[in-house]
Amino acid sequence: MSLIEKDHIEAGALPGPSLAGVGDYLALLKPRVMSLVVFTALTGIVAAPHGLHPVLAAISLFCIAIGAGASGALNMWWDADIDAVMTRTVNRPVPSGRVTPGEALAFGMTLSVGSVLMLGLTANWLAAGLLAFTIFFYVVIYTMWLKRWTPQNIVIGGLAGAMPPMVGWAAAAGSVGLEAAVMVAIIFMWTPPHFWALALIKSDDYARAGVPMLPVVAGPDETRRQILLYALALAPLGVVPAFIGLGGLVYLIVSIIVGAIFVQRAWMVYRLREGESARRAAGQLFGFSLIHLSALFFVLLAEKAAGAPAFTAPFHGWM
Amino acid sequence: MAGEEHKGIVLTEEQKRRRNARSVAIAVALAVLVALFYLVTIFKMGGNVANRPL
Repeated sequence: MSLIEKDHIEAGALPGPSLAGVGDYLALLKPRVMSLVVFTALTGIVAAPHGLHPVLAAISLFCIAIGAGASGALNMWWDADIDAVMTRTVNRPVPSGRVTPGEALAFGMTLSVGSVLMLGLTANWLAAGLLAFTIFFYVVIYTMWLKRWTPQNIVIGGLAGAMPPMVGWAAAAGSVGLEAAVMVAIIFMWTPPHFWALALIKSDDYARAGVPMLPVVAGPDETRRQILLYALALAPLGVVPAFIGLGGLVYLIVSIIVGAIFVQRAWMVYRLREGESARRAAGQLFGFSLIHLSALFFVLLAEKAAGAPAFTAPFHGWM
Repeated sequence: MAGEEHKGIVLTEEQKRRRNARSVAIAVALAVLVALFYLVTIFKMGGNVANRPL
């Protein structure tokens, strides 16, 4: 199915001059995903022990953002056949025919190579290597392989979306530490319940496109069980930064509160299985998951920017 | 045939407008790239810029 539709899109887009506007190319960068990447990568840069001039840090952040956008463009190039049959994505630039697949591929590859090289020159080659790995993992491992093959697609593929804080940390510090790994782990554990909540609502779309999302393959009930399990693992993990010298007292309090709300919302998704209330519960979990992750990283960022002491600071020598 | 003139591909006004917008965007992107390379060079060198044989 996918090959036929991909050919159809390519053949239909060949004749005539390009219809693409500047906005179409910006849409290829997936600006909403990019904004989350920028936010978490900025937290990684600010939280890291500093060794980078603020101007170089800003340019590094720009490179990470462009790298994330490039992987979005390459994702849209490869997934045009899937996007064309899903209501959420049918108006994207490639399936709508405004940008040809070849243009999206060239755009994505140029920005990928450019952002990695620029980050290497600006910060260091460890950060550049991690950015290259992130793009490769998202485009090749997730988009080309896992997404169409296994319901664990977003579990494993979620690593790509979780990497930006580590790339930012590496850009600023020149190394990666436990703190960066914990930030990655939080986003990694957050990703499955976030996407499965959306997949519960949009499972018809995914089924039509032939994407083996968990609700399509294992059913909504198993998806609800998995969401609850991940939420129960995520809540304590979200508190960990307060105990490794990364977060302060405010972070500890906020992480406990948002973690508890996340579990409560996941419990509602688990409990309400029929009708509009089930749909609403999944929608509320999806919406709150965005607030949850934003709150955790915003507090980390604000505490570091304000020079707030780590929660464990008074206990040094004890712990 | 004699009266027919081969005009090639004729762009509509909308296509011309979009092409112009793309050209401007490419120019801006190139200018940003030049500025980025300049800034990286200056801030990577830092005080070493004065560290040269006179």
